Amino acid sequence: MKPGALKALVFCGALLPLAWVGYRGYTGDLTANPIEYITHHTGWFALMFLVSSLSVTPVRRLTGWQPIIRFRRMLGLFAFFYGTLHFSIWFVLDRFFSFTEMANDVVKRPFITAGMTTLLLLAPLAVTSTKGMIRRLGGQRWMRLHRLAYVAAITAVFHFWWLVKSDIREPRRWAIGVALLLGLRAWWMFQARLSSRS
Amino acid sequence: MLIQKPSEFRWSEITPQAVYQQRRKFIRAIAGVAAGAAGTLAFPWAESLEAQTGVKLPNVSKSKLSTMDEKVNSYKDITTYNNFYEFGTDKDGPARNAKDLKDNPWTLTIEGEVGEKKVLHYDDLLKVAPLEERIYRMRCVEAWSVVVPWVGFPLAALLKQVQPTSKAKFVSFETFYDRGKMLRPEQAGIEFPYVEGLRLDEAMHPLTILAVGLYGEKLPKQNGAPIRLVVPWKYGFKGIKSIKKIRLVEKQPPATWNISNSREYGFYSNVNPEVDHPRWTQASERRLGEIFRTKTLMFNGYGDQVQSMYAGMDLRKFY
Repeated sequence: MKPGALKALVFCGALLPLAWVGYRGYTGDLTANPIEYITHHTGWFALMFLVSSLSVTPVRRLTGWQPIIRFRRMLGLFAFFYGTLHFSIWFVLDRFFSFTEMANDVVKRPFITAGMTTLLLLAPLAVTSTKGMIRRLGGQRWMRLHRLAYVAAITAVFHFWWLVKSDIREPRRWAIGVALLLGLRAWWMFQARLSSRS
Repeated sequence: MLIQKPSEFRWSEITPQAVYQQRRKFIRAIAGVAAGAAGTLAFPWAESLEAQTGVKLPNVSKSKLSTMDEKVNSYKDITTYNNFYEFGTDKDGPARNAKDLKDNPWTLTIEGEVGEKKVLHYDDLLKVAPLEERIYRMRCVEAWSVVVPWVGFPLAALLKQVQPTSKAKFVSFETFYDRGKMLRPEQAGIEFPYVEGLRLDEAMHPLTILAVGLYGEKLPKQNGAPIRLVVPWKYGFKGIKSIKKIRLVEKQPPATWNISNSREYGFYSNVNPEVDHPRWTQASERRLGEIFRTKTLMFNGYGDQVQSMYAGMDLRKFY
């Protein structure tokens, strides 16, 4: 398969969660609490795409499959896309466009603080994701800025963990995943430093 | 201790029932117009399904204590969106997994500070007292709510039969637990068997019922078959399911969520829009089947009937 075709396929695949909501809505199967379902669904996929985008580099390094790097930007942008949907549903249907209520929640509720932080961290990354922006910022600075994705993954996991009532099994799985992905990077950085010193 | 009179709860802040029902009607009207505009694409969550477990309960009378002016949620809403952590911590888990619950034969023991201990078997559960339909609002601590047509009888009727002694000050309840077929505590994050408790006056209150059915039929397993507690002015988790044991006791008994996190879940857990859950607001709720949130009422709207039981208590302290 040509890389272009594969990319189109991944793009369509990334839209499937949205199509799934549409389909379930059409067949009247959005659960007894559709708003909660859609909120959780979009939030879950935002986290999934964020973690996927963070696995690109480790997978490339471990498998040596170079073309995978072409998907990183798309995965990151889908994380932002689903995160924005997730936020919008909450803001419109839970907080009813009230900025004061939103601000109150962000200040008072740690899990919302964490969620909001995640979205705010991802926003500049989405804005600077074009080729033109990379050129304008310069490769080094761009890379440094985009390390915010590491922080965003951590705050996203906290958002999830602090939200659940008592069954922490799922957020714990994500925490382990993110810890592994970031741990691998730390380990490689550490090794690179060692070898550059010798 | 700060003594707070009930009148200090800023009743003015609470939306009068008439206003809030008006608002409901308005939203429903809009939803209706939208559904009409969508033609055959009607909003699916507006549909109402009839009961379908098939086992009709005989001789059920209507109760004056039912809420009369609210739309009852569909059977599907009530039986597919449940918190029953023994069968899964997702809302749809209980509906999928609770079929493993063997609710017949069943024994319910009522013991402790009683004049006469009692053991009820499956068929006895329907014969404790005349069955009534009680349509109640249920407000979950997670800020959603639902209107359920329960079938049951006042807990007081059963308690009177066992003759509580003068030492009986509280009532404790325990759910059936089967380690092989249910989640383990370390999976659910709470201890099992699930336990709950009420003060004796709360337990004897006419609104407090033991439910054995809904929609005129026997209780589905995911809703706590064969018998469960319903206390409409408290958060839903006080309504302990699939009860095996009731004990009358002298001291305040343990309650599962209170043990798990006492800062977030108090023993009383009366619905109170003024006392937030530390992680989310309790001022509003989303009724199943509706899109926007509505204001939560003090004591879930049952304040007229129950507030006198808490006169002089600081409900911020005893949340």
